[in-house]
Amino acid sequence: MSRADAGDAAAVHRPLWTLGLLRSELLTTLRRRRTLVLLGVLAAVPVLVGVAVKIQTRRGGSSGGGAGPAFLGEVTGNGLFLVFTALAATLPFFLPMAVGVVAGDALAGEAGAGTLRYLLVAPAGRTRLLLVKYATVAVFCLLSTLVVAASALLTGALLFPLGDLMTISGTGISFADGLLRALLIALVVAASLLGVASLGLFVSTLTDSGIAAMATTVGLVVTAQILDQFPQLDAVRPYLFSHYWMSFADLMRDPVYWHDLTRDLGLQALYAGVFGSAAWARFTTKDITA
Amino acid sequence: MDAVRPGAADDVIATCGLTKRYRGGQLAVDGLDLTVPAGSVFGFLGPNGSGKTTTIRMLMGLIEPTSGTARVLGRPMPRAARTVLPQVGALIEGPALYGHLCGRDNLLRYDAADPTADPRTRRARVAGALDRVGLAAAADKRARAYSLGMKQRLGLAAALLRPRRLLVLDEPTNGLDPQGMREIRTLIRELAADGTTVFLSSHLLDEIEQVCTHAAVMARGRLLAQGAMTELAAGARDRLVVSTPDPADAARVLKEQGVADVTTDGGQVTGEPPAKDLAEVNAALVAAGVRVRGFTLRRASLEDAFMALTGEGSDVAG
Repeated sequence: MSRADAGDAAAVHRPLWTLGLLRSELLTTLRRRRTLVLLGVLAAVPVLVGVAVKIQTRRGGSSGGGAGPAFLGEVTGNGLFLVFTALAATLPFFLPMAVGVVAGDALAGEAGAGTLRYLLVAPAGRTRLLLVKYATVAVFCLLSTLVVAASALLTGALLFPLGDLMTISGTGISFADGLLRALLIALVVAASLLGVASLGLFVSTLTDSGIAAMATTVGLVVTAQILDQFPQLDAVRPYLFSHYWMSFADLMRDPVYWHDLTRDLGLQALYAGVFGSAAWARFTTKDITA
Repeated sequence: MDAVRPGAADDVIATCGLTKRYRGGQLAVDGLDLTVPAGSVFGFLGPNGSGKTTTIRMLMGLIEPTSGTARVLGRPMPRAARTVLPQVGALIEGPALYGHLCGRDNLLRYDAADPTADPRTRRARVAGALDRVGLAAAADKRARAYSLGMKQRLGLAAALLRPRRLLVLDEPTNGLDPQGMREIRTLIRELAADGTTVFLSSHLLDEIEQVCTHAAVMARGRLLAQGAMTELAAGARDRLVVSTPDPADAARVLKEQGVADVTTDGGQVTGEPPAKDLAEVNAALVAAGVRVRGFTLRRASLEDAFMALTGEGSDVAG
């Protein structure tokens, strides 16, 4: 406990320390009951859709009919389509809401609980803490999408036959190819959520109330979805983070139609850049009074 | 009161003209020149809203000063936060915990946030810190279920995860029972004996008096006094206290005897003793027919010094 000892120890900065902080952050986030409830709800959606389709087809009704999320009609023929249907059903609201809650709470929640000041005097470093928070929210985007996909795949396999399938373009592909495309689609959906994640993290730097940040972010998701419905706003719509979300279906074309997909990913990168920088500018200069 | 020695090499905290004006224009800290010598147990006193917490937050790099400089462990804050803060343990405005994690996991998380902490010794150091504050038995309980005193102990444990050169403790005995308070005071003395400088803010004057070697008093954002405890207490005069059923007569006689600042409170008359044998003052009271129940000289305490400085009661620092 001599002063010299403490001084020497302080001189050594451990290079892998950021990974340790990330691990701690992931564990802390994933052990929150709120996070687990969100993931549970996301896992339940494909089960509900699958069971509903199963009941309807048993009654002899046709499951397609053009209504409902994309690929719904194909589910009875091949359980793998439930993955695409479930992602199409959760992407407009459930997934961004879950991401908005986790991103909005990321810094504001810690500020509200007062734990932020102890992380900063540890000292985690403001830029590093923000990067770790960002990485954690990105991991949550991927995890939540994979939870939906995995739950859908499992439900689809249990309720419906699996096998070779048909693309939207009408060409046949093998089940393995279909599985690969499902994984690719999950990755694209996860990446499509990065815009919301960046927005949420920026909002999170603005307030010391986790609830306020979560509500604001989820509100922005809903607002963007509503604005995207108005043809009169054509000048603005292509810049809404949700505008190209449904482009993931283009991965089920043969050959894949890349135009909207690249637009979508480019737009997410733009949001990440703009709101990531804004969050950094705000968080690194902010007085921590909570 | 103490000679201000800005920039002295072995000062653990040295601020120069440290000022914070919040966005609303409110001046929270106004030109603070604070000097905390190495190895001291430094009491930081002041009424609510006097700028103590803002000062501590500026020292810890949480708030950017409007003007002035702060050096901690000889290095400028907040610029050198990355090298200074690993050597500083802090309890700021009460503990803050992750309610959904157990006590042990809370400490593991705070330790993971320290870039210089060795992950290989983390579990052992966390266990040691829990032991030191008497929380080993409750280590696996969720922090949400902790009592205020247990939370306070866990906050202290977080400050003690590693050997520190400086401990900043804001109201460390808040929420503790008398037994817990005594334990914390013992802990602070142990740490100080090891060479750790302790910067202690408290509203309990007798606590400061019991453990501190130095103190500073703040009010309305300004530093009123700082220095060694002996010097501070010397600034306050002793008081003569006379208990009597005839307070009016007593006050008159005391004034005649040269007692200054005579105040009457029910059956008690107090004043500053004159520069003569107090036995004569007592004799004069009796000669004037004043019935005296008690005649004592109350030694100056830090509380008197504090009240003399701030002109306020002892509840003010709460």
